[in-house]
Amino acid sequence: MAGSTPASATPERASPRSLTPWAEAWRRFKRHRLAYWSLWVLGLLVLGVLLGPLVYKVGINDIDFQARLAPPSWKHPLGTDDLGRDLLARVLYGGRISLAVGMAAMLIAITVGVIIGAIAGISRGWLDAALMWVTDLFLSLPQLPLLLLLIFLFRETLKNLFGLEVGIFLLIVVVIGGFRWMPVARLVRAQFFSLREKEFVEAARALGASTSRQVVRHILPNALGPVIVAATIDVQAAIIAESTLSFLGLGFPPDIPTWGRILYDGRDYMDLAPYWVLFPGLAIFITVLTISFIGDGLRDALDPRRVL
Amino acid sequence: MALLEIKGLKTHFKTDDGWLHAVDGVDIAIDRGETVGVVGESGCGKSVTAKTVMKLIDMPPGKIVAGQVLWKGRDLVPLPPEAMQKIRAKEISIIFQEPMTSLNPVFTVGEQIAESLRLHEGLSRKDALDRAVEMLKLVRIPTPERRVTDYPHQFSGGMRQRVMIAIALACKPQLVIADEPTTALDVTIQAQILDLLQRLKDEMGMAVMLITHAMGVVAEVAQRVVVMYAGKVVEEAPVQALFAHPRHPYTQGLIRSIPRIDLDAQHKVRLEAIPGTVPKLIDPAEGCRFAARCKFAKAECTQATPPLREAAAGHRVACFFDL
Repeated sequence: MAGSTPASATPERASPRSLTPWAEAWRRFKRHRLAYWSLWVLGLLVLGVLLGPLVYKVGINDIDFQARLAPPSWKHPLGTDDLGRDLLARVLYGGRISLAVGMAAMLIAITVGVIIGAIAGISRGWLDAALMWVTDLFLSLPQLPLLLLLIFLFRETLKNLFGLEVGIFLLIVVVIGGFRWMPVARLVRAQFFSLREKEFVEAARALGASTSRQVVRHILPNALGPVIVAATIDVQAAIIAESTLSFLGLGFPPDIPTWGRILYDGRDYMDLAPYWVLFPGLAIFITVLTISFIGDGLRDALDPRRVL
Repeated sequence: MALLEIKGLKTHFKTDDGWLHAVDGVDIAIDRGETVGVVGESGCGKSVTAKTVMKLIDMPPGKIVAGQVLWKGRDLVPLPPEAMQKIRAKEISIIFQEPMTSLNPVFTVGEQIAESLRLHEGLSRKDALDRAVEMLKLVRIPTPERRVTDYPHQFSGGMRQRVMIAIALACKPQLVIADEPTTALDVTIQAQILDLLQRLKDEMGMAVMLITHAMGVVAEVAQRVVVMYAGKVVEEAPVQALFAHPRHPYTQGLIRSIPRIDLDAQHKVRLEAIPGTVPKLIDPAEGCRFAARCKFAKAECTQATPPLREAAAGHRVACFFDL
């Protein structure tokens, strides 16, 4: 036993501190300047909409007919709308809802997508075929008309069940998330197809790991990188979808401002009060753009083939 | 009773062109604490035999058409997957050929060694990780306390194969199947890994089924050798008998095609090769499968399949002639 060769000729050399894959990804992410600064901007924005209404205590529905359609001033930093309601307060409050819708819809899309993709990816034969058939079916549906139809059908029921705000929130989140899971499912399935043939999965099987253990411990963690990137795309898509719905007048009711809703309300006054649509539009633009850059940075950081 | 007894095993695969007879009637027996080498060229069914024992063959397209895999007298072939999961790693474990890809890149090596311990011995995370450090020490990884939290990409190929061995041995199995454990490594590391495997085998008293295509490796490590060709066992003998008196023309060819460092330099002899390639195994015809490449082949060789017969004590050969 004593004569057996050790694995390395220099056993006492201090090995560099081992980085977890996440720490390594963070190091690579920081190299992507645009994504790194986007994270800061988005962070400030999120902090602003979360804490802003606590600091800037102007009611979102305080009507002031003296200051209708007032341009930006010290009293109303972003101006007012046609009822004299302060736009900064409304944009800050609306940001909460828009971002919450984005996050919640993304979580639904990712959860459903990962589950369906994983089941399809690990099972062969009819179950895989059936699930992909359902995915293709959802992909081929005309989404916007269907969204409108669903909202018309279920709006009242949910309003009665959960109250106005929660009911509409649930409806919009489920409807948006329910139409965004298909790309994720396909992505996860494709990842599973390549990962399940990998030697380390076979090695796990040789260790006596059950199918569910192979999936949860060995395949899924390796498939997460692309899923995280898809998640950032889903957040921005959901924010835009919510804006679209609100813009069509099918989102939240008028007294609950969201970025899309403020845009919708301000569209008739674009010539008189351009700042009314400018600021919520800018908020959507910055949010979506920064999330895009972050997604970009994550894709590079989580792709092991790239040297950063 | 042998520890593992493979009897008349046939594993076939369904392809678009017909059934591929990857393993076509294989008999191998391994006793407790014994090292059996299984040799043969690529595609002769060595790995499929090993994976059939572990039941790691994807079915479909694979199918165990006939035969038994008796593990301590119990047939593994009809065993349900749940029962098989309990045997894997705990009683029989396998070391794969590719150390670079057989480790999961997102977990530390410690967690991967700990996994089988937690699965089979119900150890807590902490206890399992402590055992993982011991296992790393056992396979001679320096500073195991520190390396246990490292990720596979921080290890070299040879060290990863040591980790694979640590994983395979963690639950103290009675049989380790080493499926070409050194093929992907360079020669010095090969020697280290074989040396390590040999020592651990002696320390832990397990049996080893060593699958390889290198005759040199077999000569060094095995006590008994099984030579496979085209899905069949063509010769089986104690290691000295096989090298001293190979009886099957294929074995003779294999041994003659080993480069001899002592002869070549002086005599400038051309290294012998066996002409031709392994036959197609899709719906093969009756007859000796080596006949097309065999210089001793006669008409009868293509008409009937030669059975494995006892040519001398413990020396079995599947050839009609005494060569």
